[in-house]
Amino acid sequence: MTCRRSALGAAPVPAPTPVPATAPAPATALLGAALAAALSVAAPAPAQTPPGVLVVAQIAEPQSLDPHAVTAVNDFRILMNIYEGLVRYAPGTLEVEPALAESWDVSDDGLVYEFALREGVSFHDGAPLDAEAVVFNFERMLDEDHPYHDTGPFPLSFFFSAVESVEAVDPLTVRFTLEAPYAPFLSNLAYPTGLIVSPAAVGAHEEDFGRNPSGAGPFRFVEWVSNNRVVIEANPDYRDGPPDLEAVVFRPITDANTRVAEMLSGGVDVMVEVPPDNLAMFEDDPRFDVHEQAGPHLWFLILNTREGPMADRRVRQAVNYAIDKTALVENVLSGTAEVAAGPTPPAFGWAYNEALEPYPFDPDKARALLAEAGHEGAELTFYVTEGGSGMLDPVAMGAAIQADLVRVGLDVTIETYEWNTFLGRVNPGLEGKADLAQMAWMTNDPDTLPYLALRSEATPEQGGFNSGYYANPEVDRLLEDARRSTDQDERARLYREMQAIVQEDAPWAFIANWKQNAVTSAKVAGFELQPSFFLLLRDVTKN
Amino acid sequence: MGAYILKRLALTVPILVGLSIVVFAMMALIPGDPATAILGAYATPENVERLNRQLGLDRPLVAQYFTWAGNLLQGDMGRSFALNRPVADEVFERFGATLVLAGAALVLASALGLLAGIISAVRQFGWTDRALTLLVLVGVSTPSFWLGLLLIMLFAVELRWLPASGMFAIYGGGDLPDLLAHLAMPAVTLAVVAAGVIARLTRTAMLEVLRQDCISTARAKGVAERRVIYVHAFKAALVSVIPLIGVQAGFVLGGAVYVETVFQWPGVGRMLVDAIARRDLLLVQGGVLVVAAFYVLFNLLADVAQTLVDPRLR
Repeated sequence: MTCRRSALGAAPVPAPTPVPATAPAPATALLGAALAAALSVAAPAPAQTPPGVLVVAQIAEPQSLDPHAVTAVNDFRILMNIYEGLVRYAPGTLEVEPALAESWDVSDDGLVYEFALREGVSFHDGAPLDAEAVVFNFERMLDEDHPYHDTGPFPLSFFFSAVESVEAVDPLTVRFTLEAPYAPFLSNLAYPTGLIVSPAAVGAHEEDFGRNPSGAGPFRFVEWVSNNRVVIEANPDYRDGPPDLEAVVFRPITDANTRVAEMLSGGVDVMVEVPPDNLAMFEDDPRFDVHEQAGPHLWFLILNTREGPMADRRVRQAVNYAIDKTALVENVLSGTAEVAAGPTPPAFGWAYNEALEPYPFDPDKARALLAEAGHEGAELTFYVTEGGSGMLDPVAMGAAIQADLVRVGLDVTIETYEWNTFLGRVNPGLEGKADLAQMAWMTNDPDTLPYLALRSEATPEQGGFNSGYYANPEVDRLLEDARRSTDQDERARLYREMQAIVQEDAPWAFIANWKQNAVTSAKVAGFELQPSFFLLLRDVTKN
Repeated sequence: MGAYILKRLALTVPILVGLSIVVFAMMALIPGDPATAILGAYATPENVERLNRQLGLDRPLVAQYFTWAGNLLQGDMGRSFALNRPVADEVFERFGATLVLAGAALVLASALGLLAGIISAVRQFGWTDRALTLLVLVGVSTPSFWLGLLLIMLFAVELRWLPASGMFAIYGGGDLPDLLAHLAMPAVTLAVVAAGVIARLTRTAMLEVLRQDCISTARAKGVAERRVIYVHAFKAALVSVIPLIGVQAGFVLGGAVYVETVFQWPGVGRMLVDAIARRDLLLVQGGVLVVAAFYVLFNLLADVAQTLVDPRLR
């Protein structure tokens, strides 16, 4: 199926039951009202969304439907329904369970992973999903000499940079050999970057594969009309039985107010990323259901531990005590986030340290710690961004945090930057520039954030994200050990210990874990948000 | 006349070349780069370098510019890396949508503005004139994004007569009535300010013309008052109104960015905003170039139209 370029293309889904056109009222005194009415004389009244077809309001036009070429959650929401990976996150958790692979074995040294594929699975284009197809997927991303490597780019292929080789042992067995033990490997396979695409479709469409996707998921691709819709329909041959929905239509609606208006007017059945201010309205309205789910997200302040007052641990702890995090999540974020306790979000249930309590809001203790450290009235520079992926409401949050810090006697100056400019200043390190900087991360494995941003060997000079230069040999050791261990319980123990140490050392100020939200119309059933923030529509029904 | 048009067209070439160099340099000078924008939190120096290599952004800027210009001469505007499709497809599709919106708004604004201006002038200081003047003042002062949201609340959410957003229905539709239903609110929203400005100027121009001797002569000759106003006076007033409508066309194109955002109209204004945020260099280049080319063309058309209406300029 080719992508229709014209927005006038034929309708892909069953025609809706026509609703009789309402005769518009005669022109009123309002100029605008009169004109709108006059123009609409010939137009049918907007119909309700047709039964069996779920219309989802997305926050933006997708960039591509090639799972190996994209990085945005907005695209993942579509992709997870078209494709499947070898493994996936079990519903409601971030724990890995079988998907296209029935089972797997890991060698004792953690270097060799062997997956047994399910029999009889085929792609939407009819080609068999076998070991060769899996090998093609990873070689396309990782091998610069692969004939289809130029159908990229593949920005997240480093998720699999530990892979030394991947081979088809027999038609239903795939073997990955790693260069070094890398425990997050399975978790990365469950991420969209690990979804399996049809080699035949890549061969047929080459660099346009992202607009002509073919996978083995519960829905198959129908059409993508630019800036209007992406349509997918039930895959009758899905290995686990076809979904109940006939089709799903994803509409890009970038403006949050317009998304709300479409939801209210019945133009969409599901909307994601509801503005906090509108949640209460939907909760009170019986025509809608509100869904919330905490995810693997952390909003924090990087503190510059290399120089200035923040080099003293007492000052960093004072900052953690001084900030009223409950007020931030309740008032600034209208309850769309929870107070964070440490560097690992609670969504990683298996690896989360339940014993940790967030730093309490205690300005007196903060003042005492500042006095003890001799840094009362210290002058601090605070980097704030105007917006950005996962940053929530950074300007308002920055102002509230500044006010809290001023209250304990610190002299805080805010510098605000546009997101890309902000990253360009923060990622190379805070030295010589700032004492505090906002940051947010959303990851899929408890290893990712601390390994990239808290190890002493992950400073920007060494290609990491430890922009505050935190260094603790014990944390380094725990993270290296956790990465090498193939025993999940052992990994969990190491991560919990790491969280306790990092909380005490306070290289960051831990602020909030974002809760993703969505609103569905009351006609929609079986809808659940996932901690992964993916949107899984296989079991959704609509009456 | 023909020579004049040719000369004006030839002049646009250096304008567009200069513009493309400025845009290219500006995109290079502003902080942040495409690879960082794509990778976000994962933008380690190593990952950025690898991605830049895949995107062909590791070559010197001047070389990149000449490659782009060379391809352009062969009709290839490159590929948007953020949208994974040819720049030309995206730009012309989005520009088409903007033209539909801006065109409808301009026609609406002209019709309403001229009518209101003429009525005001004829009934100078009467209550119709005062009511219209007040309405015009309200129109000119209303922020378009706010008016847009109000219209959505009334016509889409409360009355459910019109779709809240988009250009075509997502199922069924796709025909002219469907387009008009989607176009109604954004076109009105966009037209309101321009209509106010045109009404004010038409009123002034008409008042000036109505005081002239030729009008007294026409009336003395017994020409019907309707004819005096709508034919004799209006034609004379049009000469000073047409260039203003040309200027308003530019404002309407610019104002379309807000309206496109509120109504999710898939136009070129929103495309450029997104492309700049993503540092999608080729899409910005292509978009700016096409918009500029049409802008120059519209100005030329307005000048030619004025020459045709006003015999004194020939």
